[in-house]
Amino acid sequence: MFKRHKLAVCMREFFMSRFIFVLLFFSSGFSAGAYAASYDLVVDRGVIRVGGEERPALTINGTVPGPLLRFREGEEVVIKVTNRLAEDTSLHWHGLLLPAAMDGVPGLSFPGIKPGESFTYKFRIRQSGTYWYHSHSGLQEPIGVYAPIVIDPADEDPVKYDREFTVMLSDWSNEQPEKILSNLKKKSDYYNYNKRTLGDLMRELGAAKSQAAKDAIIEDRQAWGQMRMDPTDIADVSGFTFLLNGKDPESNWTGVFQPGERVRLRFINAAAMSFFDVRIPGLKMTVVQSDGQNVQPVAVDEFRIAVAETYDVIVEPEAGKAYTIFAESMDRSGYARGTLAPREGMTAEIPPLRERPLLTMADMGSGHAGHDMEAMKKASSMPAMHQPVRTGKAPMQHGMHKLKGSSPMASMHQKMHGKAMMPGMMGQPMQPGTKPGVPMDHGSSMPGMKQGMPMSQGSVETAPYRTLVYQDLRSLVPYEKKPPEREIQLRLTGNMERYFWSINDKKYSEAEPIRLRHNERVRVKFVNETMMNHPMHLHGHWMEIDNGQGALGPRKHVVNVKPGETVYFDLTADALGKWAFHCHLFYHLATGMFREVIVE
Amino acid sequence: MNTSSRNHLQPSRHAKVLTMPLQRYSLLHIGAVLVLALLATWAGTTSAAEEKMFSLFKVDQLEYRAVDGNDVVAWDAGGWVGSDYHKLAFKTEGEKVRSGHLEQAEFQLLYSRLVSKFWDLQLGVRYDFQPRPQRAYGVIGFQGLAPQWFEVDSSLFVSEEGDISARFDAEYDILLTQKLILQPSAEVNVAAQKVAELGVGSGINDVELGLRLRYEVVREFAPYIGVNWERKIGNTANLARAEGEDINVFSVLAGFSFWF
Repeated sequence: MFKRHKLAVCMREFFMSRFIFVLLFFSSGFSAGAYAASYDLVVDRGVIRVGGEERPALTINGTVPGPLLRFREGEEVVIKVTNRLAEDTSLHWHGLLLPAAMDGVPGLSFPGIKPGESFTYKFRIRQSGTYWYHSHSGLQEPIGVYAPIVIDPADEDPVKYDREFTVMLSDWSNEQPEKILSNLKKKSDYYNYNKRTLGDLMRELGAAKSQAAKDAIIEDRQAWGQMRMDPTDIADVSGFTFLLNGKDPESNWTGVFQPGERVRLRFINAAAMSFFDVRIPGLKMTVVQSDGQNVQPVAVDEFRIAVAETYDVIVEPEAGKAYTIFAESMDRSGYARGTLAPREGMTAEIPPLRERPLLTMADMGSGHAGHDMEAMKKASSMPAMHQPVRTGKAPMQHGMHKLKGSSPMASMHQKMHGKAMMPGMMGQPMQPGTKPGVPMDHGSSMPGMKQGMPMSQGSVETAPYRTLVYQDLRSLVPYEKKPPEREIQLRLTGNMERYFWSINDKKYSEAEPIRLRHNERVRVKFVNETMMNHPMHLHGHWMEIDNGQGALGPRKHVVNVKPGETVYFDLTADALGKWAFHCHLFYHLATGMFREVIVE
Repeated sequence: MNTSSRNHLQPSRHAKVLTMPLQRYSLLHIGAVLVLALLATWAGTTSAAEEKMFSLFKVDQLEYRAVDGNDVVAWDAGGWVGSDYHKLAFKTEGEKVRSGHLEQAEFQLLYSRLVSKFWDLQLGVRYDFQPRPQRAYGVIGFQGLAPQWFEVDSSLFVSEEGDISARFDAEYDILLTQKLILQPSAEVNVAAQKVAELGVGSGINDVELGLRLRYEVVREFAPYIGVNWERKIGNTANLARAEGEDINVFSVLAGFSFWF
């Protein structure tokens, strides 16, 4: 089925560390580039087992996810991809720097792979780290055409570990993508069963302590109504079963470790539409890599992984104990789950789902939300909080103009549903800064939150609870960063009501390509004018995000731009050809949030 | 006055319309040409994946109205086929009395163009099969979502006789739970002039207020119960009185809505 021409390919993570050892052993005598390996991949129809039932899916070499491709920096790879579907297919090597013709985007890189035909990709591996690959054709990716890539560095890996696992997160729907898209086009709130009801309003008004508070609640409702947007619109699509390495929570994917080992977990978010908040209760996770690029270690309790991002973390589990890898979807509709255990069959407690976040307008008439932002700044350690958020005003076009002028990020931030504004909490769904003192993973009642004052729960003996934010990401090595020659503004736009998405108010079909001169240094300014997160992915180039870390600003292949946020990144247009640049949320990409970038 | 309008109305109501007036053909032709032109435009722009066409068929209301002594079945349906910006849309509504005959039935065929984030401009034709005499109308309208979540449908009609009228329709969903939804609705019809043979007076013709409580078993199917109150006003009310019709019609109703 899956021909292995080289030891560097393995499908079982269990054996991975041994292979690495063998590889390192063999490689020591060769220069990088001495390696050339070939791989056969077949895209075909198949099944996936979800919720105890077999469901039709698309597979790579018979499985979902497809086989792990293990490359070595410097090697020449030859990958023959055969299409056994009845429609065109393609495989795109997500995050890899390669010639444009090998990038696997039909219509830009190549014509695609016709049914029954093969295409052979050939390129040299110029980087190391955790990546993935997936179909870039039609509506194939959400139903199974995705798989991990791990590239070992040519030199010694600065990250020390004894064992590693790839942890590929994804979202499975029993509805076909065509049906999901059609439902969204006919009724854009089709999947939102968390809207605010009359009862919610009555409860909120009942709980309001003053007339001013009541007025604020009404004003908030009116402001949302004016914009015709819904604060409960956290995810466009629901009804997913969340998978970890292709296994549903009941199937409980398990990674077996030996006591005392440093375990490297390579998290990849291959979901079509779902962001995950990842934690392993009982373990600190030390983030060592983001989007395949090494970063200075940062110990966190939780991180959010946007669609198509990767994060590598090191954990040091204790002997004799099992741990739950808990990846809660951002809309709290479910979780992907796996277990780290000293032996198969052991399980750990599964934490309850936390409350669903709610989008808010911070700088509403009463201004209480503005105070929150002040409180946040004072109370918590978020020095770089405003660094990448440089817009002077809220960028919302409709109805928001009355609200502009205050804290830029405050234009829209998320809070927990039904709670009073809680400064420390805001970091959780939105990651504006490192938030202290909110251990939210113990017990169902979320200690310290009931009072709405997480800062005051000093009686709980616990280290500060830390959630990773972009500002924490510092490249392991500084990059030479030449100043940009020009700036391009990309407003992330869309029509939520009619369900189509765009950049600068133009869908892909309506827009001219973005043209860059070869080796030009460009600064790109993202301004998210929508209420959704947009994980923006540029093919063939690194996006050097400006997260306030200067030369240590990390290189990423996906930059998530939160609702209302402005984010800058720089790039060197060093790869000639036509490249795709798009939101990686599948139904955003499919409905127009896509640009062709031509480097010439 | 009453007598004269009665005399005027009687013959036309029973007149058999055997031939369509020329203007009606013209209007329908314009409509057909418009629709064909639209389809041709689509054919040229459907290459991109994101320009894929979708379609919706929606029966908003299919209900039995218990009216004192004169129960009716009423419908209100519509749909579209097209892309994000260009759609071919239709709307139909009508009433059938329990004894069998159609009291009112109209059909609209429209080109629907997204002109702003929340609004479609609609151009097309309307044809009334009932009441008699049958009439064709040109239609220009705006349909969309107004601030504060009001679903609005407003149309201006010009009949083949040159008569001008307008209709304004608004609905609002109040979520009692995620699936139990109370929907107040209002419709107002106005006319620029009297059209005696159709029982239409100038000015505001009628106001219709509805309140429906639906349960969305799934998004696509929702049974409901409700009440509806229709009040004819001004000259239209006078014409109705002269006809011996009620100017106040209150009904208790039950029905279902569905879409696909």
